[in-house]
Amino acid sequence: MTYTPQKPPLPVSVDELRSRIPGWGVDLNPKDRPAVPKERFDLEATGAHWDFPERQLEKWPRERSIEHGMLPPVFGTSCPPRGISGAIRKYAYARYSEGRAAHWLLLLAADRVDAVEHHLRSLLTTHPDNPITETGVWAEFTHHGMASRFGQKRADLAHQPLDPVIVAGPWVAAGGAAYVGARKLAKAMSSSNGHA
Amino acid sequence: MRAMVYRGPYKIRVEEKDVPPIEHPNDAIVRVTMAAICGSDLHLYHGMMPDTRVGMTFGHEFIGVVEQVGSSVQNLQPGDRVMVPFNIFCGTCFFCARGLYSNCHNVNPNATAVGGIYGYSHTCGGYDGGQSEYVRVPFADVGPSIIPDWMDDEDAVLLTDACPTGYFGAQLGDIVEGDVVVVFGAGPVGLFAAKSSWLMGAGRVIVIDHLEHRLEKARTFAHAETYNFTDYDDLVVHMKKITDYLGADVAIDAVGAEADGSFLQQVTSAKLKLQGGSPVALNWAIDSVRKGGTVSVVGAYGPLFSAVKFGDAMNKGLTLRMNQCPVKRQWPRLFEHVRNGYLKPSDIVTHRIPLEHISEGYHIFSAKLDGCIKPLVIPNAA
Repeated sequence: MTYTPQKPPLPVSVDELRSRIPGWGVDLNPKDRPAVPKERFDLEATGAHWDFPERQLEKWPRERSIEHGMLPPVFGTSCPPRGISGAIRKYAYARYSEGRAAHWLLLLAADRVDAVEHHLRSLLTTHPDNPITETGVWAEFTHHGMASRFGQKRADLAHQPLDPVIVAGPWVAAGGAAYVGARKLAKAMSSSNGHA
Repeated sequence: MRAMVYRGPYKIRVEEKDVPPIEHPNDAIVRVTMAAICGSDLHLYHGMMPDTRVGMTFGHEFIGVVEQVGSSVQNLQPGDRVMVPFNIFCGTCFFCARGLYSNCHNVNPNATAVGGIYGYSHTCGGYDGGQSEYVRVPFADVGPSIIPDWMDDEDAVLLTDACPTGYFGAQLGDIVEGDVVVVFGAGPVGLFAAKSSWLMGAGRVIVIDHLEHRLEKARTFAHAETYNFTDYDDLVVHMKKITDYLGADVAIDAVGAEADGSFLQQVTSAKLKLQGGSPVALNWAIDSVRKGGTVSVVGAYGPLFSAVKFGDAMNKGLTLRMNQCPVKRQWPRLFEHVRNGYLKPSDIVTHRIPLEHISEGYHIFSAKLDGCIKPLVIPNAA
């Protein structure tokens, strides 16, 4: 019991567990587990045949954390920074360490700007963004969207209605802003024509 | 080649991209034969991870065939069937030399707090991932292993992250014989953590979730005692009641950043991005474990702060242990366990999705439709 020295008894004995569950106790010895000890100096184990790896070619100035003493020798080359989002990202890396909230909040802001830049750019191509196919929402009709939710005790149903707002909200806001701007422009042009 | 690409929160599509080139003498180019969508991919998909760029290909769980190798590669050759751990690591930095492969310092310019991960934003190094036909694999002599002839492809792909991460989570709990272990989350990592807890001698394994089909899998696959947290007004009180008011010896957070159970925590993190993650499961773990117990965290959180109950953790004298799993350290033992039949990773696979339909796959997994637990992605599916 909690209020006395002994641990409460298990509902099932260890012998029964051993017979019922395949492999019960095969890793029983805490010292004989692959992650133990946490730190284990063993250069032979990795297969590496260098002390410091050769350096990968830096094809553009690679943004990096200011907590690094140098550019690490190997890095990813996906999606180099470009446009306004790229400028925000470069600033976030150059100015703030990983310890500052500003670093991460700027990177999150750049992600949203990046999405807008790419959506707008896609409208000028033969492969514009398609919110129906890209959200995969059609699966609601092919993979039991209703049955997966109704009659289920799912905690996530409380906030799932926010998901379409997150996806469509920026488009609705941008459309509204464009409409208001176009109306103001038309009004300004008609009033300036009236004065002429 | 065909590849999944991110187009913004909740939006992805399949595009034609260039086959990745060799960028470093120890690179390999691998033709992907099978990949998986991980629960942590959903954090990217939902726009939670900073510096997730439009155009990036996700996917850190994949297997394939070596197509091309760089000039310094000695251990692999074209045609080899390989499984690739989700960690990218050099093998010789301060951290790799000590076995902390998931904390490699030579592969991620963008952050020092996390190592390199395939297809996991620029915060994790800016590498494209394996939900595509081809992928660049850095340090080919260090990361990948040849898939043993006796191993199924579906078991192999689950050994690149989900299974070793769950097994690692149980190890971080420092379980001793007869311990009561509570696992928060019955997703793939939670299921493997629960199953692995028995291998380490647990006396009782309890799994908590809110999705009935996952709790059912926890009972059948992981032999666990299960509770749906939506059935209880206060889960922590229930946990105390079922442990004679002592609490569990070990609690494992296998949920991470998008934990449900608190509307406020969920919305401020997953929707408004004001926290690095919703720490509901972590806080329940802190409150459910006994004084002096151990909390193991293998659920993934973003780099921003989260509202974690450190006061209770301190007052209870808890040991908090956590890390991204150094996958390759787990492989020799896990290969034995799979071969001996103690673990059958592919038992949790529920969906096999052609790459061309991956946007539906993400939606199914994200919205938890159709009893989805683990979706695989098949490039070149006929």
